Amino acid sequence: MTEPSEGELSRRLASSRRDFLRTAAGVTLGGSVLRSPLVRAANLAKTKKVIVVTFGGGARDQETFAPEGQENVPNMMRELIPRATFFTQVVNRGILGHYVATASLATGVYETINNFASLPPEHPTAFEYYRKALRRPSSDAWVVAPSNGFNRIGESNHHSYGLGLGARVILPKYLLKAAISGPSADYAHLLRDNYETPYYTPELGGNEFELEQLETILKLSVDNFKVHARSLSSPDELSLSIVRQLMRQVAPSLLWVTMHDIDIAHAGAYSLYIEGIRRTDRLCAELWKAIEQEPEYAGRTTLLILPDFGRDADSDSGGNGFQHHRTGDALSRTTWLMAMGPGIREGVVFDRAVDSTDLVPTLGAILGFSPSLAQGKPISEVL
Amino acid sequence: MLPRELKPELFADYPPEARKLAEKHLAALRALPLSFLPSLLREVIDYDFKFPAERRALEQELGNLLSLTDVETHDWFQAFSAIKLSTKLEHLDWVNSPSQFVEELSAHLWSTHQLDDFRRAATEYADRLRAVVAVEPPSLPRLGISVIGGGVASYNEPLFRKLRPQGAYFSRVRAENGLTTLLSAITARAKAQPLPYAHWYVEGGEALEHDAALTCVSYAALEPARAALLERMRSEISRAGMGPEMLRTLLAQLRPAQLGMKSSDAVLDRFQVRLLTEGSGTQIFSTSFAQWAAREVLRRAQPLSLLVRFAPRQRQKPMSELLSPTAGPPELDFVGSLVDADMGAYYNWLNQQRLSGAEKSMFLVWFEDHNAALAISPTMPRGTESTSETDLAQLLSWMT
Repeated sequence: MTEPSEGELSRRLASSRRDFLRTAAGVTLGGSVLRSPLVRAANLAKTKKVIVVTFGGGARDQETFAPEGQENVPNMMRELIPRATFFTQVVNRGILGHYVATASLATGVYETINNFASLPPEHPTAFEYYRKALRRPSSDAWVVAPSNGFNRIGESNHHSYGLGLGARVILPKYLLKAAISGPSADYAHLLRDNYETPYYTPELGGNEFELEQLETILKLSVDNFKVHARSLSSPDELSLSIVRQLMRQVAPSLLWVTMHDIDIAHAGAYSLYIEGIRRTDRLCAELWKAIEQEPEYAGRTTLLILPDFGRDADSDSGGNGFQHHRTGDALSRTTWLMAMGPGIREGVVFDRAVDSTDLVPTLGAILGFSPSLAQGKPISEVL
Repeated sequence: MLPRELKPELFADYPPEARKLAEKHLAALRALPLSFLPSLLREVIDYDFKFPAERRALEQELGNLLSLTDVETHDWFQAFSAIKLSTKLEHLDWVNSPSQFVEELSAHLWSTHQLDDFRRAATEYADRLRAVVAVEPPSLPRLGISVIGGGVASYNEPLFRKLRPQGAYFSRVRAENGLTTLLSAITARAKAQPLPYAHWYVEGGEALEHDAALTCVSYAALEPARAALLERMRSEISRAGMGPEMLRTLLAQLRPAQLGMKSSDAVLDRFQVRLLTEGSGTQIFSTSFAQWAAREVLRRAQPLSLLVRFAPRQRQKPMSELLSPTAGPPELDFVGSLVDADMGAYYNWLNQQRLSGAEKSMFLVWFEDHNAALAISPTMPRGTESTSETDLAQLLSWMT
């Protein structure tokens, strides 16, 4: 018997997701649904907003959308997928490190920067395209991210874009550390989010969101911030609370949220990995509720949720299953994308291959900018 | 430097047995592409500290390479030869630091989008090697045992879900003397087939009293080494410019004595250091340690018998507790550890099945001090469930 090719494995993965979604969530297959341009036109709002969520840290099918994984994503299954267009086969052909992969998602080009260095992307980000083309102020594009090097993700060093054209970046954990640190306190452990390396805390390099801006921009006192943080269980919960505050106080049109709790899988404890998936599932549903409740966002926001990549297959002897994403096998490269919002068809599944780099051209088509250097193509099914 | 420029004196810093091995196969090594050779030298340089099964496999691989004609070598390695390397890689000291080269090669393959090509080449090579190198069946069918859930009072979720299709589930197993029974079973096998590093006991907590015929690694016994390692990591990571990749390179160079280890078994000491320096999470979570240790024992020592006992790991504190730290020893997460170990047992079985003789291998997983167990062997009907009362000794006898 011959081994299936990588492409065949990707198609099988997509097929299993689609079959599951069709039976469990009652969605239909995209190819059999006729579009009505009138419906979309009627739903379009004048001021569009887009929120992108990276379903952080990489999660596999078998712990999410495969039959045995559905118990871990009840909120997405019950509340989000019936209202979304779902793509079962999003292939990441780049480097499977979280910073560089997220940077690739944000630029539409497979970046090759050092995953662990505090470096900006080499190609223009969606935020730069958006702000330059539509002449938007810096307050209109934001990134909320975990701390490991993501502080440079809002702005590239590309000569035609770069300086002053990127997104504002908030690293909630750094804010929290700044807020609570005292002469006798050591809260460095808060910043440890590289789960492969105990004690490693990344260095910052410019573009930090300053503590005083917590009050001036987010209208959140340091004391309230500290008290609130003490009621939260994880860094991603903290990120979501900052996102909600941003939506209320600043209402940016392009908002990018990177989740990271799931990456605790690197520590090898399966229960903690599953706990991270369940929490992220809940936070995604809470974000959608927030979108529907905020007047600035309700009815005019496209929400796009996708993992940066997956994790290694149990069957690949070169890896150690869920723990890492080192082998580059089909399971670690193949993920999904969920799109929701006005004009986007509900309860529809597409299993054609979409590339990770298609995200930025899709954002361009939604928001009205042309990402000239991006490699991907707009995903027509959500436009 | 390129492989064709290799000379015997370049291996002068290798340990004695490794040096002899490299010199004996020099002609074969010279013919290999640089994208492949350092991965092989990474194994050669550790030859003196390898388990017997690893030594045999490496000798067979080198013997095969030496037997290939020039045309055959070209045919075997043309996919590796097509991998484009950088001048920087060529200039690395890949003879004396093959691991560092492989790390750099990995980064290069990712960034130049050649990883898939390399994977294909490696898979093809492994398949060809398997086809020509005779793999001896084990001298008796392998037996793997995983004990999970120690300390859990009750658990109502289904266990062994991934393994159930492979074997028979028993829900009324008498738990009395369970651990003693299992330890006795693998000890008896060790005494019947007294081969070095062929019978292992991996303990996630403190090792139970056991016979010297078993090779044992335990999380508790390595506590001083783990503490020394974490202190070293803390110290290194605080240095300016230090990142995860450089730290990994430094850890790979650590020797047992640097972590305070000094036993009479240099091979085992080196193996244990690797568990702590190469395994992610093994320094912190006992469940990660037990699973990774089992994986490495199976991959490297290819044991005939392996008993793995998972123990409760420390609880991962939520952020709210990290912000209000309290003194005292870390609490244990019993149920979380059971979930970890349930998955770990599945991985133990998967890794055992990758070894020779898989069709005759046996595997038993037991929920410690409880009545649930699952048995996999050629004699056990797959995907079945039994509610008959039994005990672990009976289960073991049915499996053989």
